[in-house]
Amino acid sequence: MSIDYQTMWTDLGLDLTSHDALLNVLGTAYRDIYLAQENRPETMAYFDFVMSEVHGLRIKELLDEKAAGRKIIGSYCVFVPEEMVLAANATLVGLCSGADFAMEEVEKLLPRNTCALIKSSFGFKLGKVCPYLESADMIVGENTCDGKKKAYESLRPLVDNLYVMDLPQVKSANGKALLKSEYLRFMEALQELTGVAVTTESLRSGIKTVNAKRNAIHRLSALRAADPAPISGLDALLANQVFFYDNPARFTDAVNKICDELEQRVASKSGVCPVGTPRILVSGCPQAVPNWKLPMIVENSGAIIVGEESCVGERGTRNCVDESGSTVDQLIDAIVERYFQVDCAIFTPNTDRLAHIEEMVKAYRADGVIHYGLQFCQPYLMEAIPVEKALEEKGIPCLRLETDYSMEDAGQLTTRVEAFVEQLR
Amino acid sequence: MTHYGGIDIGSRTIELVVVDEAGQVCASLQCDTGYDPLAATRSLIDAAPFDRIMATGYGRTLFEISFESRTVTEIKAHARGARALFGDAATIIDIGGQDSKAIALLENGRVKKFEMNDRCAAGTGKFLEIMARTLGFTIDDFGREALQAQNALTISSMCTVFAESEVTSLIAKGEDPRNIALGLHHSVIRRAAAMINRVSSAGDVVFTGGVARNPCMTELLAKQLGRRVLVPDEPQRIGALGAALLLMEEH
Ligand code: SF4
Ligand code: SF4
Repeated sequence: MSIDYQTMWTDLGLDLTSHDALLNVLGTAYRDIYLAQENRPETMAYFDFVMSEVHGLRIKELLDEKAAGRKIIGSYCVFVPEEMVLAANATLVGLCSGADFAMEEVEKLLPRNTCALIKSSFGFKLGKVCPYLESADMIVGENTCDGKKKAYESLRPLVDNLYVMDLPQVKSANGKALLKSEYLRFMEALQELTGVAVTTESLRSGIKTVNAKRNAIHRLSALRAADPAPISGLDALLANQVFFYDNPARFTDAVNKICDELEQRVASKSGVCPVGTPRILVSGCPQAVPNWKLPMIVENSGAIIVGEESCVGERGTRNCVDESGSTVDQLIDAIVERYFQVDCAIFTPNTDRLAHIEEMVKAYRADGVIHYGLQFCQPYLMEAIPVEKALEEKGIPCLRLETDYSMEDAGQLTTRVEAFVEQLR
Repeated sequence: MTHYGGIDIGSRTIELVVVDEAGQVCASLQCDTGYDPLAATRSLIDAAPFDRIMATGYGRTLFEISFESRTVTEIKAHARGARALFGDAATIIDIGGQDSKAIALLENGRVKKFEMNDRCAAGTGKFLEIMARTLGFTIDDFGREALQAQNALTISSMCTVFAESEVTSLIAKGEDPRNIALGLHHSVIRRAAAMINRVSSAGDVVFTGGVARNPCMTELLAKQLGRRVLVPDEPQRIGALGAALLLMEEH
């Protein structure tokens, strides 16, 4: 790793020893899980590069942007509208973390029975290992599940730039009005931070940028319907993960290039696995970098993942924002319209989600669904039971898993997944 | 004549079953897993000739790598093995050394749904083994002794460590070890029954795995479920038998 990164990391206040340890683990995991795959699309090389520079070049870019007067906004949830952030001359980065870190310190602040995602976000802060978090000028929390809501109260003393957005829990007219007023309040906070007023043009341009990014992912998803699947679930998940970190325009370009290659694969009926490989839809909690545990187990068990019904996946990228509004207010309404459809399990009731799972099973020709629940995640674990029941009534096999980031249960999970795959054959 | 082997590498024992082309068992061997499962496996394999082999059990991957064999999960293997002995088996409970599984089958014998215990030893053979030792019974006597109990004491903890200290304090209070033993059996059975009920609600249940040899377990399970519980002669070898039969059917 080059020397200027070391200085850059020190300047950001990272703990270099712990940070090195993290990069080591990340590098090894990436090599063993990603680079070991066979038959990968050549265009995935872009993502190999992104991952190798995830704490290097990308951070340098963000710091350069900062030096040029742009602000960096960190977010933990897909409800934070990137369109507005871009319109206010700022850059949005996802902070959701997918690895255990500094757990002893974390458990001084959070109860043990907190989901791995929340613990991880604290671990990255307390362990001083996340350059994204440390570069951010504003960290946006949101009132979603109880765990996150209360965790932000404990996070506040640790960071000096936390902004908390309130979110509705019911899909009613009142709920929508709340979302709009919170988005307006957020836009004001952004404008105050950046000193840049959002205009119709800048907002429309932000919308177009993010829509383009979503469209590229939609194109990628649609190609996964082919049998044989042209890309592994691991690689497709990676694209969905990098969605949150990368420069949007460059990301869009890279994903479209992958799609060009995949189209050729589909046309020539070649893929990453033989025709007839059992196809699985993963549904449930978000899988943040570097949480590749489940797809690794599934794809080592002779199945292929063809879709993610998750916030790092289709729940996060579904639907575009209508670009046609001619005033800021009309465009904001369009943004509200789009985000209000996100079917997160914090909503009650949340019937859209079940319909989407069934739609995705059809669209991607999945043979079965694995419901992925993080231990202690009440919203998704609760929904898992009716989801499983409804799918079984339709004759769609479903395996309900509950796990965390540790590898302690890898053997057990493997047995469950292999048995499920045997069931689908 | 081709012979097909099925080997089940469990946490406590390793079972090897060899069948012929007609699915008739021609050899059935067992040994302790011990500290060197590969060496133990090798000694079994040398003792019974076969042409092809399929591995199952928690050590299946280890075996696959060392002996280049095929593998199948315990779930599918037990399903196949149980069907061989009970032609219309639709529900299976397998309680082995370190995990337990409830399996529901479709009419054609394929797995419809299954459940497995959590990551700890609660509700498994290991739990019973440790408790038997704490009470001073051998594992073979444990169930018989429990059946002699006058009444069952309540053991509230399913965690092996906590249950052990509960048992120790009951012994200190002068409680009859048989009553404690029955209480322990009850607590494992409640879990197993709940797991079975989650995958299937009616009909006979085939009980496989080493724990099925415990007469108290089978009796209590039938009572708790209000369903008939069928136990094969050698319940601990059903996984190996299933693996051998699955392999045979592939050829
Ligand atoms: S699951 Fe819900 S709370 Fe989590 S990122 Fe998605 S929308 Fe936000
Ligand atoms: S995974 Fe569940 S518990 Fe964790 S932050 Fe998301 S919704 Fe909350």
